Amino acid sequence: MSLASEVAESSQHSGGAAARGSREPVNVLIVGVGGQGVIMVSKVLASLCQAHGLQVKQSEVHGMAKRGGSVFSHVRFGKQVWSPTIPKGDVDILLALEWAEGLRWLPQLRAETGIFICDTKRIVPPFACLNRRQGAPMRYSRETPAEVIAHVAEAYAVDATRMADELGNERAANTVLVGALSTAMEFPLADWERVLAEFVPRKTVGVNLEAFRLGRSWIEEARRTAPDTSDPQGQGLAAAVVPSTVRVEIEAQWCKSCDICVKLCPERCLRLNSERIAELTDPAKCTGCRLCEWLCPDFAIRVHLQPAAAVA
Amino acid sequence: MRTEPNAISHAGGNSLEIRPLTGNEAIARGAWEAGVKVAAAYPGTPSTEIMESLAGYPAEDLHAQWSTNEKVALDVAIGASFAGRRALAAMKHVGLNVAADAFMSVTYIGAHGGLVIVVSDDPGIHSSQNEQDTRLYGVLATVPVLEPSDAQEALDMTRLAFELSEQFDTPVIVRTTTRLSHTRSAVVLGPRIEAAARGFSDKPSKNVMIPAHARLRHPALLVREEKLKEYLESAPIQRWEKSGVDFGVITAGTCYTYVREVLPEANVLKLGASWPLPEKLIERFCASVHRVYVVEELEPVIEKEVRSLGIQAIGKALFPRLGELSPELVRAGFETAGILEARPTAAPWTPEPMARPPVLCAGCPHMTSFNALRTVVDARVAGDIGCYTLSCLDPLRGIDTCVSMGSSIGNAIGMSKAGESKPVIATIGDSTFLHAGLPGLIDAVYNQANITVILLDNHITAMTGGQDHPGTGRTLRREPTHQVDYETLVRAVGVQWVRTVDSYDVAAMYQTLREAVAHKGVSVIISNRPCVLDPVKIKGPPLEVVAKDCNACQSCMNLGCPALTWSEQWYEGRHKVKIDASLCIGCTLCAQVCAMDCIKMPVAVVQ
Repeated sequence: MSLASEVAESSQHSGGAAARGSREPVNVLIVGVGGQGVIMVSKVLASLCQAHGLQVKQSEVHGMAKRGGSVFSHVRFGKQVWSPTIPKGDVDILLALEWAEGLRWLPQLRAETGIFICDTKRIVPPFACLNRRQGAPMRYSRETPAEVIAHVAEAYAVDATRMADELGNERAANTVLVGALSTAMEFPLADWERVLAEFVPRKTVGVNLEAFRLGRSWIEEARRTAPDTSDPQGQGLAAAVVPSTVRVEIEAQWCKSCDICVKLCPERCLRLNSERIAELTDPAKCTGCRLCEWLCPDFAIRVHLQPAAAVA
Repeated sequence: MRTEPNAISHAGGNSLEIRPLTGNEAIARGAWEAGVKVAAAYPGTPSTEIMESLAGYPAEDLHAQWSTNEKVALDVAIGASFAGRRALAAMKHVGLNVAADAFMSVTYIGAHGGLVIVVSDDPGIHSSQNEQDTRLYGVLATVPVLEPSDAQEALDMTRLAFELSEQFDTPVIVRTTTRLSHTRSAVVLGPRIEAAARGFSDKPSKNVMIPAHARLRHPALLVREEKLKEYLESAPIQRWEKSGVDFGVITAGTCYTYVREVLPEANVLKLGASWPLPEKLIERFCASVHRVYVVEELEPVIEKEVRSLGIQAIGKALFPRLGELSPELVRAGFETAGILEARPTAAPWTPEPMARPPVLCAGCPHMTSFNALRTVVDARVAGDIGCYTLSCLDPLRGIDTCVSMGSSIGNAIGMSKAGESKPVIATIGDSTFLHAGLPGLIDAVYNQANITVILLDNHITAMTGGQDHPGTGRTLRREPTHQVDYETLVRAVGVQWVRTVDSYDVAAMYQTLREAVAHKGVSVIISNRPCVLDPVKIKGPPLEVVAKDCNACQSCMNLGCPALTWSEQWYEGRHKVKIDASLCIGCTLCAQVCAMDCIKMPVAVVQ
């Protein structure tokens, strides 16, 4: 290069929009929770594409990866790849290592042709368990595999974690999913297995290759038969509970200001008032767990649960 | 995430070798190829892996180190430049604020050995406290800013930066963004050039910035700026990609790839340096088209310069000034401009999104410190930067403020002096304390502030993925070195009340905190336990909840431990708790706070 390189129009972008169709890159979005192996799976795919002489860009944001947050990795490959990130709605294959993370990225999938491969494994964040009141649901995604399959062009809800567990290594769940992913692409089987063996820990090559083949055969089977929409991990998240109202009765004369209830209240809604007598600061916060009632050495506290229906 | 050691071969003999590298790894490679001799950094996402990669190259080739903070890192690099060697300092965007004092002076001094400052911006605030635009520092300091758009350019431009630095006697900024730093693509590797030692720069009038010298250096800066502009008029890093369309796009960095993505047939002026700008080249480019658009992330740096030439360029009116750009945002801008037709947008099926904020790890020693804060004292807590900043979220809700690296102690002094009625506490991690917390602590003692400082010593720089620092006793290359003794250090600056507590001893933590708050003056608690992830992943036998005894009180859930979750069983309409054995490391914190005493070691383990 000598001067500011002025690239002639014919040499670089001769095709223009018309020829773009055939040159368009394949877009794979791999998602999961920090620590699951999203980056490992992307590296396997990127390495495979590279070995086939394709241009690859693999882009991830992993600043919070180890902190149990949402992790995603864009893998784009083809003759020419520009943007490191996949344009919204252009994801050809969405591979999810966790159920709710799969759902989170679903709107990015190509509406007509997108393929969704998702582990049904649920990793419930502590954030989903903040509402401790009676009958409160866990704040985890509510959509069932059946619902998702009904809305997506091609969707597979794979119980990959259980399958890997049965092979003797739960951590090979990723590889079950890579096996499923491999059926959506045209790379030779031997190449997949070679790259996979390079990236997994040496001791686990055997179980990972087994897991890979299991994922492949599972998805081939799923294509032939009706999808299995049972949701073994989704059981028991909701239960029929009639919420009660909570009333805390504190016998002021019996309280000796020992502070035990105040220090041990999980909702931190008790305090000692100006007379150093225990009192409830915020009745709305009390869940009626009875710790104060049970721990009070002087039996000064009674917790009453009354069915809400009776009150209303 | 740590890059695998020796991920990149340092043989470097084969000039046609191609490797997939991230932007950060490519920058490290470029620096190594350019013959860098001294490199220093303080870890900060998304820049951390630059120094980690450099440490993968042989120690005979270069000295690479973690510094206590970015200013020290830059000073180290400047020192090496004075000594006539090529030097590099790497940092995240806000790190340059810390190093800004040295940076604004060294621009007057210039560079003897090539001096390159790699600054990683974080548009979109993936892992930072703001999204400031480093290019404006280039304008402020009259320092050229190179902006690579992919890993190959990251390598090439880092090499070039060293050459420009020596040729024009200037520090050079290589600006990356999170996207570039963490995108992997194929890169052609080259051999290392052994840059000749230039010897010490023995020129006091240039190197000693007293007013009389600085007054003479300032005009030299303006001359340098003109020379740089002249060079950039025809430099190979400026690329005019011509096409037949009647509009033009001026862009730089990763934005270039978005423009190409959505407008493959565009007429593009891709600037390799986003400052200073080649005015004549821009004028020629703009004269060749009817309309000019500027696509750049964050501030309208290029747009304003182009407009100052009297050209009606359109930029921020179409492309957001906030956050990270993307192909769809660039497309939307060109749709608004009428360049692209609007795509048919069928609203996709959108499941209800579930919040998944990052959390402290299972067994994280910070959990007790913040649980104690919530439980035994009603205090005002000035937080700081590190994993423990996550304790601002439910259920820990441990901190009231967080400003910048090391701010907690100064903030606490201010709160206390302003008459805050609650006890005032500062919480600060070990690495952050050494980075910028120590001057705050000395200030607190000096000004007799009534505060408690909790030094959260987890023996590592955890948030950025486990880097060593002066408190770990190991260098960047994992060699043993002197280890800071915090208790001695804290006593030496005049703190009278210091206690070290095991972070896993809940009762001791509660009691120590009560005593510390009762102490009038500066008290320091060193909450001491290694991080569960780094340098070694800690995994003990998991605990179990004896379900029949659990009253679903949720005391344990107040720790915010990700290994604790709800079981399918209920007690009086509330969820009982269970422990995810694959995540639990057996730290026993939950067992210690369980009032029902129903969290136990499995019988098999006890036997």
